[in-house]
Amino acid sequence: MSVETDAAQVIDVAGFSQLLGWLAEQGYRLVGPTVRDDTIAYDDIASAEDLPRGWTDEQAPGHYRLKRRNDAALFGYAVGAHSYKRFFHPPWETLWRARREHDTLQIRDEPSPAQRLALIGVRACEIRAIAIQDRVLMERDPLYRARRADTFIAAVNCTTPGGTCFCVSMQAGPQVSTGFDVALTELGGVDPPAFVVQAATRAGRDALTAITHRPATEAEMAAAATAVQHAAGQMGRQMPSTDLPQLLLRNLEHPRWSALAERCLACGNCTMVCPTCFCTTVEDTSDLSGREISRARRWDSCFTAEFSSVHGGSVRPGTRARYRQWMTHKLATWPEQFGTSGCVGCGRCITWCPVGIDITEELAALAREAAQ
Amino acid sequence: MSAGRHKPRLAVWKFASCDGCQLSLLECEPDLLTLAETLEIAFFPEVSGRPIRGRYDLSVVEGSISTPEDAERIRAVRRRSRHLVTLGACATAGGIQALRNFADIREFTAAVYAQPAYIRTLATSTPIAAHVPVDFELRGCPVNPRQLREVLSALLAGRRPAVPAHSLCIECKSLGRTCVLVAGRRPCLGPVTQAGCGAICPGCNRGCYGCFGPQETPNTTALSAALATLGLDRRSRLRLYRSFTAGAEAFRVESERHEE
Repeated sequence: MSVETDAAQVIDVAGFSQLLGWLAEQGYRLVGPTVRDDTIAYDDIASAEDLPRGWTDEQAPGHYRLKRRNDAALFGYAVGAHSYKRFFHPPWETLWRARREHDTLQIRDEPSPAQRLALIGVRACEIRAIAIQDRVLMERDPLYRARRADTFIAAVNCTTPGGTCFCVSMQAGPQVSTGFDVALTELGGVDPPAFVVQAATRAGRDALTAITHRPATEAEMAAAATAVQHAAGQMGRQMPSTDLPQLLLRNLEHPRWSALAERCLACGNCTMVCPTCFCTTVEDTSDLSGREISRARRWDSCFTAEFSSVHGGSVRPGTRARYRQWMTHKLATWPEQFGTSGCVGCGRCITWCPVGIDITEELAALAREAAQ
Repeated sequence: MSAGRHKPRLAVWKFASCDGCQLSLLECEPDLLTLAETLEIAFFPEVSGRPIRGRYDLSVVEGSISTPEDAERIRAVRRRSRHLVTLGACATAGGIQALRNFADIREFTAAVYAQPAYIRTLATSTPIAAHVPVDFELRGCPVNPRQLREVLSALLAGRRPAVPAHSLCIECKSLGRTCVLVAGRRPCLGPVTQAGCGAICPGCNRGCYGCFGPQETPNTTALSAALATLGLDRRSRLRLYRSFTAGAEAFRVESERHEE
């Protein structure tokens, strides 16, 4: 499914800065890629100067390194260390507080976290991940809905995939097809950078109207399309093209799971960086006086013992069972539950696994061994 | 922990330690008055020098057992205490002084003291739980004041403390930190260490030193293999596991596996 977009326009870096300025004037908080702590992080930005201009990243299993490009591209790198999920589904939040006075208990909801958020430079895999979290959380979580409702998305068609990317085999990228207000494609070999841009919503059109632009030429549109096609051929990884749910659910007792458990640290990094993992736990606490009580929600991980604990202990007693739960939910039971795969091929679980466990390699091994 | 008509009586005990965890209790400044209103602080040598004899509803214990006298004293403390909570790496893992467990204590005393014959000490430094039953162990070197407040609040309310036993990575990532191991190739014990400190060292671009001891399912063997591929040699890996929580089972076993 893709959205109708208007005729392609071209903007330069000054036009891109105007876009950010216009969004800020409309009251949006701007969040986009920026260099922080030796990585590309998604954080508050104010102008094009805050973007990782001229930077790229090198990603491999358990490996991330920032590197200089030999041009001044604004979007010449792959996905950042953390996804956008923390802006809609924060790692920690108070749900309500209560105060006990004598024999009465007064419960107070927290103020609404509603926000106007503009996400800048969002890749196709991130947009797919946001759509997946929308499917899971929008209906049942009023806090998510409040944070998500007023979002402007300036997408970027990915022209620089990383070494752990596999969005093509998850049918999630590199071309954005839906879920954005404007979509930019950075034209390679142009210095200073220029962007082919298309609006897809009324907000996107308003934005384009407010900034300096000109119609794209046939050649520019062709160059943009070629850059994205080229990116599709540059995926660092590939998910095996097989029926993944069937492969996983038919191999629940495969010895590969035990081998994986020996390597897996059960540290939970993969679930933290995954843009679709949404699991949380709830903690009720009281203060020293016993009068102030609060309920907080925080990110949890299926790799912790507590996560699957019921009376008598954890129903998933070890790392083997917990890793299997994560992978089978993500790839096999998620479609049944939510109608899509839970994986978008961003590669973060591979890059940020301290021991470099590669989800695509594990699936490929399972497929190979199952075929024998 | 309702104790009937009287305010619950709190005692703070010190064994072999640096006093840092007791100071964490004093660092709960905004809550000290509430604490004093809620509990009768009956014995706390770091604050007041007047011991009160009798029984205690809650004993908070800092330090490890490293002398024969202390091994006796902790039994007496346990007998006087309804609840006993241990604080910090010394009390929960033996502390940095548990390095003696890996060597001959006589050589240490001979090297350090002019008259080693006067020193009466045990061959090992061990956690409180190795001597008496413990109701809750709060990790850290030192403990985190926020977690300490949470444990005391929970005990007073008769609920379970919200002190997760999962890895530091979950806390580190929740705080939005960059992985110093993956992005910085820095040796980090975070994946095998329990959360709770607020990921202080990764926040300063340093690897985790493991002050909070092993997480609930520490896969030290797999981490050691990853550290080796970073170029960390056997001796450096051994030393990484052998610091403030060297005596904790998982770290002890892994460091011994690295001995020649």
